[in-house]
Amino acid sequence: MTKQEWPLYEVFIRSRSGLSHRHAGSVHAADDEMALNNARDTYTRRSEGVSIWVVRSDRIVASDPAETSAFFDPAEDKIYRHPTFYEIPDEVENL
Amino acid sequence: MSANSTLAAYATRLGDNALILGQRMIELVAASPELEEELANANFSLDYIGQARMFYTYAGEREGAGRDEDDLAFLRPEHEYCNLLLVEQPNGHFGDSTVRQVLFESWYVLLLDALTRCSDEGISDIAARAIKEVRYHLRHSSQWLVRLGDGTEESHARTQASLDDLWRFTGEMFTPDDLDDEMRAAFNGPHLEVIETRWRENVAAIIAEAMLEMPGDQLMASGGKQGRHSEHMGFLLAEMQHLQRSYPGATW
Repeated sequence: MTKQEWPLYEVFIRSRSGLSHRHAGSVHAADDEMALNNARDTYTRRSEGVSIWVVRSDRIVASDPAETSAFFDPAEDKIYRHPTFYEIPDEVENL
Repeated sequence: MSANSTLAAYATRLGDNALILGQRMIELVAASPELEEELANANFSLDYIGQARMFYTYAGEREGAGRDEDDLAFLRPEHEYCNLLLVEQPNGHFGDSTVRQVLFESWYVLLLDALTRCSDEGISDIAARAIKEVRYHLRHSSQWLVRLGDGTEESHARTQASLDDLWRFTGEMFTPDDLDDEMRAAFNGPHLEVIETRWRENVAAIIAEAMLEMPGDQLMASGGKQGRHSEHMGFLLAEMQHLQRSYPGATW
């Protein structure tokens, strides 16, 4: 019998309340529940998280590297879209 | 029995269950079906060994004879270990290991829950820490039981055989001995008959979800709590104690 690879899942972890989930890595798993368990056991062993998202890698729709210039270059020369003209008070964190 | 010797003996027994199961599970390192499963299993094993350390350290304090966690873990002969026969059973195939974990953990989680309400603060504190770990272990193992039982024809048949085979080691979990009675009378310890009723309900639900059959009533093996172990225990201890026996006091 040939060994069938389990599907790959991408793992996103929120390290503490108030922050957003960040991509942590990926795990193999046979089903969604197992993916959540595996993500917990692989990526939060050292108290890295308070919330985990997993999603099958083949369900992610990603931009095409070949189209990088068409996708992202037009934004580069439009500095007026950046909120750099405001003073941010010191008390505001995680912006 | 004095209060201290009851607590020392009871904490040692809890430590024995945790240590021997932890040792069994660590044998699965480099033998798991998938990398992620292996990492999970190694984590669980270390959780159990961590619990054993806490129970042994506490037992040593209560005993007051100067023994520490290492003395209790590594320098006792087989008949002084009072763990359940179930936890010393070999890993076998993955279905065997999974069934052993489900049967033990569904009992252990109820026992720890009862222990969080016992009147000895030392034991209830450790139980409160351990139960969080074991709740997760049980979630993991029972999900696996469902996958295997409700999987292929072969996984179903093999898991059912594991269940039928290991069932005979569940009886002693619910049979109180003198120490259980003492713990209950003096420290509001667990009521094993109540735990048995809840355990049967919980295990029946997992088994039903896994499309498996509850094993029928049968002759139960016992003796673990009195230090009479199955033939597997000596080999496990030989491997586990080897380093400490050959190089007493060895450190990193």
